[in-house]
Amino acid sequence: MLTRRDTMALGLGVAAVAMVPGVASASAIEDAISAFTGGAAVTDGGVTINAPEIAENGNTVPIEVEAAGAVSIMMLAAGNPTPGVATFNFGEGAGTSRAATRIRLGGTQDVIAIARLADGSFARGAVEVKVTIGGCGG
Amino acid sequence: MSDVRPRIRLPRSAKAGDVVEVKTLISHNMETGQRRDGSGNVIPRQIINRFTCEYAGKMVVDMEMHPAISANPYVEFDVKVEESAEFVFTWYDDDGSVYSETQAFEVG
Repeated sequence: MLTRRDTMALGLGVAAVAMVPGVASASAIEDAISAFTGGAAVTDGGVTINAPEIAENGNTVPIEVEAAGAVSIMMLAAGNPTPGVATFNFGEGAGTSRAATRIRLGGTQDVIAIARLADGSFARGAVEVKVTIGGCGG
Repeated sequence: MSDVRPRIRLPRSAKAGDVVEVKTLISHNMETGQRRDGSGNVIPRQIINRFTCEYAGKMVVDMEMHPAISANPYVEFDVKVEESAEFVFTWYDDDGSVYSETQAFEVG
């Protein structure tokens, strides 16, 4: 069966096939969070995400996460084909519970961070990043 | 991948007990598994899926990576340095390759 995308690709030739459609479903995001928390309650706040308000190039968006007292921070991109981005596990040699990296964002979306704190509780932060040119593998 | 090259930036000096910022980058395509080639075939995923840094034998950060990490993955984090010791950085590739880099660090 021809999907609309196949038809477009045929029409436009081989160059048009670079993008794979799709945005992670809300349930995929919930599943990723509950796999990390084991279903425990998550409190809003206490997690700082530094990201550009507007990212011109979705292929490489600088992101920094920090949560005082966190032993682990999971980062999710709610609008990518799959929500997983990275999980930082801080060991006894860590100087802070902070890390920065560069990520791909397929379009404008929320970046979510869930922190596991030393006392076993969980905290959540989120920011919206507007993306001018998506980094959807293209 | 043959062109994989790690790069590390450490501060020039530190005193015992300081928290120092470490910046790492490794050259790698981070093929997402979402792209298709000219014939419409999916290009298989091949990414660095894990990165670790140890200092003085202690784990600093153990990072799990997904395809949403950009090509040439960059990671920045903070380390508490109590004594002169070695940094060991390790990257794990989907294809089973393990890239490792060791750097001595002087605490004065």
